[in-house]
Amino acid sequence: MSKHWQSFGELNNTEAYQKSLQNEFKEELPFEADGALMDTQTPRRDFLKYLGFTTAAAALAASCEVPVKKSIPFANRPEDIVPGVANYYATTYVQDGDAVSVVAKVRDGRPIKIEGNDLSPITGGGTSARVQASVLDLYDGARLRFPTIAGNEATFEAIDKELATAIGGNVVILSSTINSPSSLEVIKQFLAKYPNSKHVQYDAISYSGILAANKICYGKQAIPSYKFDNAKAIVSIGADFLGTWISPVEYARAYAKGKKLNAKNPVMSRHIAFETVASLTGSNADERFLHRPSETSAVVLGLLNAINGTAPNLTDKKLNVGIEKAAKALKAANGNALVVCGSNDMNVQIVVNAINEAIGANGKTIDFGTVNNTRQAVDSDFTALLDSKVDTLILLNSNPAYTWAENKKVENWVKGIKTTISFNAKADETSMLCKYQIPLHHYLESWGDAEIATNHFSFLQPTINPLFKTRQWQDSLLKWTGSVVDYLGTLKTFWSAKLGITNSWDKVLQDGVWTPIPTMVSGSPATFSAAGVEAAKTALAAAPVSKNIELQLYQKVAIGAGEGTSNPWLMEMPDPVTRATWDNYLIVSPAMAKDLLKIDLANNGQADAYEVHPKKKVVEITAGGKTVKLPVLIIPGTHPNTVGIAVGYGRHKNVGRAVIDEDKSVGANAFQFATVTNGAVNFTVADVKLSLTSDLYPVGLTQTHNIYNTDQGNRTEVMKELTLAELKHNPNEVLEDREKELAPYGGLEKFRQDGSIYKAYDKPGIKWGMSIDLNACNGCGACVVACSAENNVSVVGKAEVLRFHDMQWLRIDRYYSGEDADNPKVVFQPLMCQHCDNAPCENVCPVAATNHSSEGLNQMTYNRCIGTRYCANNCPYKVRRFNWADYMQADSFANNSSDLNDAVQYMNEDLTRMVLNPDVTVRSRGVIEKCSFCVQRLQEGKLKAKKASRPLETGGESKNWDLKVACQQSCPTEAIVFGNVNDSKSAVSAHREENANRLFYSLEQLHIMPNVSYMAKVRNIEEEEHKAKEA
Amino acid sequence: MKFHHQITKLILTSILFVLFASISNNILAQDGKSLFMKNCASCHALDKKLTGPALMGVEDRWKGNRKNLHAWIKNTGSYMKTSNDAYAIALYNEYGKSAMNVFDGVLDDKQIDDILDYIKKGPEVKVAANGDAGEKPESDNTLLFGILTLILAVVAFTLMQVNSNLKKLSDDKEGIPAAEPVVFWKNRTYIAFGIILLVIIGGYLTAKGAIGLGRNKGYVPEQPIFYSHKVHAGINQINCQYCHGGVNDSKHANIPSVNVCMNCHMAINEYKGTAKLYNEEGEEVNGTAEIQKLYKYANYTPGKPFDASKATAIPWTKIHNLPDHVYFNHSQHVVAGKQQCQTCHGEITKMDEVKQFADLSMGWCINCHRETKVQFKENGFYSIYQKYHDDLKSGKMDSTKGVTVEKIGGTECQKCHY
Repeated sequence: MSKHWQSFGELNNTEAYQKSLQNEFKEELPFEADGALMDTQTPRRDFLKYLGFTTAAAALAASCEVPVKKSIPFANRPEDIVPGVANYYATTYVQDGDAVSVVAKVRDGRPIKIEGNDLSPITGGGTSARVQASVLDLYDGARLRFPTIAGNEATFEAIDKELATAIGGNVVILSSTINSPSSLEVIKQFLAKYPNSKHVQYDAISYSGILAANKICYGKQAIPSYKFDNAKAIVSIGADFLGTWISPVEYARAYAKGKKLNAKNPVMSRHIAFETVASLTGSNADERFLHRPSETSAVVLGLLNAINGTAPNLTDKKLNVGIEKAAKALKAANGNALVVCGSNDMNVQIVVNAINEAIGANGKTIDFGTVNNTRQAVDSDFTALLDSKVDTLILLNSNPAYTWAENKKVENWVKGIKTTISFNAKADETSMLCKYQIPLHHYLESWGDAEIATNHFSFLQPTINPLFKTRQWQDSLLKWTGSVVDYLGTLKTFWSAKLGITNSWDKVLQDGVWTPIPTMVSGSPATFSAAGVEAAKTALAAAPVSKNIELQLYQKVAIGAGEGTSNPWLMEMPDPVTRATWDNYLIVSPAMAKDLLKIDLANNGQADAYEVHPKKKVVEITAGGKTVKLPVLIIPGTHPNTVGIAVGYGRHKNVGRAVIDEDKSVGANAFQFATVTNGAVNFTVADVKLSLTSDLYPVGLTQTHNIYNTDQGNRTEVMKELTLAELKHNPNEVLEDREKELAPYGGLEKFRQDGSIYKAYDKPGIKWGMSIDLNACNGCGACVVACSAENNVSVVGKAEVLRFHDMQWLRIDRYYSGEDADNPKVVFQPLMCQHCDNAPCENVCPVAATNHSSEGLNQMTYNRCIGTRYCANNCPYKVRRFNWADYMQADSFANNSSDLNDAVQYMNEDLTRMVLNPDVTVRSRGVIEKCSFCVQRLQEGKLKAKKASRPLETGGESKNWDLKVACQQSCPTEAIVFGNVNDSKSAVSAHREENANRLFYSLEQLHIMPNVSYMAKVRNIEEEEHKAKEA
Repeated sequence: MKFHHQITKLILTSILFVLFASISNNILAQDGKSLFMKNCASCHALDKKLTGPALMGVEDRWKGNRKNLHAWIKNTGSYMKTSNDAYAIALYNEYGKSAMNVFDGVLDDKQIDDILDYIKKGPEVKVAANGDAGEKPESDNTLLFGILTLILAVVAFTLMQVNSNLKKLSDDKEGIPAAEPVVFWKNRTYIAFGIILLVIIGGYLTAKGAIGLGRNKGYVPEQPIFYSHKVHAGINQINCQYCHGGVNDSKHANIPSVNVCMNCHMAINEYKGTAKLYNEEGEEVNGTAEIQKLYKYANYTPGKPFDASKATAIPWTKIHNLPDHVYFNHSQHVVAGKQQCQTCHGEITKMDEVKQFADLSMGWCINCHRETKVQFKENGFYSIYQKYHDDLKSGKMDSTKGVTVEKIGGTECQKCHY
């Protein structure tokens, strides 16, 4: 097993790394930091004074008088609400075109958690970090609370009255992609009423290149369905389909199906990624090759030629090897292959289409019968609009003044329009320029529908009464059209006509999804026209390859095009690739760091200086006459001559308190670096100037926060990885490896019994266990946010993350491995409390606040904890979290949290606190907390079974689930399986049995007997490589 | 002699038979009673008019025609349409033309018969309340111990005095110069003893007081309406779950909303009970005036229709308070654990004003969890505890003690704290 490392300090085994391994709590304690406090002396009298005061204060706080509490029932209880019991309503997460079918958990009238909808044929119960976090947006204090005219509060009646005359001339509805059939009907009615009106769609992240290419090649201006589950060979060229590209939840789910292994028949898909800066998809690929953004054309052309038998001839030899490998894999897959490309250049996409035709993907992994409806906007429509005369602009969920490349031009354009109306939840960068601001419902307050893909319908229903004076835009348009029916009426009429008698409206609303029967079986493959290919090839061949430093703009998994910046959960979620929180930064490769920053990561002192200090060097980036300053992070897996900046930052303060840090907007708006070429947006810049400044800026990196290691080093007991060839050659490699590790303690066979001085305790009845397939996990972070939402995990703010005080119960560790430190292999490992049966934390607690249950849970009792932190010290996995401050304002004393970040204060507003789960204690200052295996869900599931007088069911043979833990429920790839291990027929037992030859426990040799098992990561790397190694 | 034997045998058999018959009869009637309580008691009493008529003698009034009565009970509306029963029509008109709830599909014919049998038989006279009558009150020995301690202390004091006097005498005899005599309250030994005693008693009282902080056994707050559980659940025998409907489904038992109160109180607008109502101070309470208070919250004027949407909530004062870090689920205890309300809430049917019966301390919870058996054989959930089933069979586990809540982990921290 090869060495895995988390940081360069670890790779080089530096002094600072060694030191940090010894130090449990890396944050400096306040009195050490101040210095002055340590020097002061506390005389005996002072001590007595303090003692007296605290005793008196405690007595006062506890107060002998018991407060009188009221218990106020409903005056008239609604029939379907039982206080204390959650209701679940199927609805659809819709944000800027993204659509995921979900189920909202509503407790006592408040939506508090989003779960995936298992009935959805597209996402099948999967979610993403952003879907999970969307419930917090409902309670966002930055939402507009009432409609305004020119900044003054107005009523809807007043606005309707004024607009009856004000709407006129050339009317334009500018919206993000609308995939709701009934809403399109509403727009159609509106357009019919106003003769000179039109509807233009505009997406922040444009896919016009694909749309235009498909129109030329297939006569369909649409994005087909990509069937990653059918693909045995996948080549992605700059398409982050696991993180941000088109429909990541759907693709991640399908991709994982091809990656899951069966011990009896070890077959898995092979994925080769070409990319410019490190992305989630590239990190998960079996092999990754790096190229410049301007080399995309050459890579795509080279791949087409290689498939047709011509050897690629690029200047970068590594790329030639990659292209040959890719071509070989694609051809070998015999049609079950797929090439996807993230470029927005039509010509590139035409050549990609030609490649997919050449390998026979069309009809097998690409389905034009069912097209994806979530991205339909064409850039040229918008560029044309900017130059046309508009009298009335109706802005709908789109924000071009922030997301368009030439944002100043958009600003001036909007300012020049006579009547400007914005439908938006917040007064964002474009809406604030509009005269009429009409706030919208959150999706959890809305009615609606969505046709996510052809004939795959999903429905929205309100889960709470509107919190503010808001109105659905469909209602507004209908009013202005003069319709007497409101949107709900229109929606019902629309669907009663569409649904047969068998599918009543109530039924589809309850299910949340509907696919007509018989489903549209994707027919014969779409007819390909090769007419445009030659022209495209010529254009690409002529495209110059830059010799300068290039810039790639990319989306972060959590932030997207900027929707996540105002959400504290998403801002605090460590980015899977960089492991940074709260900030925007420039990504550079280790090679460039040497030149630009004078940091050589191979040099121990310099690596330590970079990694230990949170303050990073700041670089000035200049391109196209625009300049921004950003801190620099060194991320391997980035091309040596390419830098990357995430879009979505530099937002206006109107969108929320989380976008502001120390009175300044976090990061910079990177959209301004995008260029418009041939009417399409290009998210790369071929020539940027970088200059190092003397400034330093702290970035909250969590990568090195929880280090643990073992005597053997190399982390082989923590993380196991092998290649498919190795697995086929020796199916028992992992088992043999474990045997070797455990040999001093009795070997695999006798280890459980002999390896300890403690006796084994019975687990009658239930024993909880979790199994995580590292082949399926892609590190997307949905589980991290789901865990925070379910368990009331506090947001601590950037300042606290910098002090190593992050609180997430579940973290996804990123490991590097391989010889090439500039382009290492990456593997992700979700790590939460392992609920060890022989837990080292339990032995050291002086007050028995943490102990073991007969169901195998490592229990944490907050009200017993006195905060010695011995347990955290003794935990080998570093998964215990200490409440350094009163993050949740749970103390009796009011001002314990006043010095925390504004984002933390925001989380504690009455409105925001409505998102808290009432079944989970809100922790106060001074106690340890950690993953509880969602014990509230376990108890609820057991009670369900007890009430029905039947054994508990956790998947497996019965297929029924009495409970799913939050991370398991949210996982788009079903990488996490949880259940009763004592039940040999449960899903978790089956999972462990099926993959017995890949199963391992992290740090097993410590004999702590964890209850979370992992399935070793298997990489599908070519046979030759393995043979070469063997020889 | 032989003859005598036979007579004894006969007498014994007949006694056994009678006993058996009465028991089995009782079981039937018991069934009827529980069905009556569950389905009928919210609107009917046996001996007085509530929302519906008093049911004593109902069969006589229906001329013993159970078939018609069944049809009426199952669906009043359809019975009225299909038959031309003059008595039924009169009854319907008398009660404001409001039909009974539909019981078709809820109760089958046998169950209705059971209820009718129960009504015919009437409630059995209670012999002893809850069968606890025989138990002796626990004798309190504190006073005895106190007196003993006091006597011993006096003896010790006297002896010490005697000792010191004797010592003085012997010293005098031997010519050792006596120290200046010290009165006993200035004697250092006594002072030290006194201080130690004070610290011990004071410490004990402080600790006890601190432990008791936040515990409110016997708490009887004044409520916005003098609502008597004794009248409702005791005298009128309304099923607890009629009002506290959440107890089967939710962690909260739930205080009923105003519209639930008004289900009955639309018809009952004065208190005509024979039992006088007294509050905690012993003052008499006017029941009719309290019903008027309800009408104020409900925004209801007798004689006019009741609109539930106009009602306002009643701000009751919460009596049973658990700390925020305790998770308690009513449905767990009532449905899965088959516990009676009275186990934790005391003799609620005898309380005019509700009083906190238990101290709701953790020790109290744990004690019960240690002693109470779970529905181990009855509930299918526990079939997975194979080891315990085997142990019970083999006698390794005491079957009289059974499987307690503790045995299945009911005293572990994260069963209630998470």
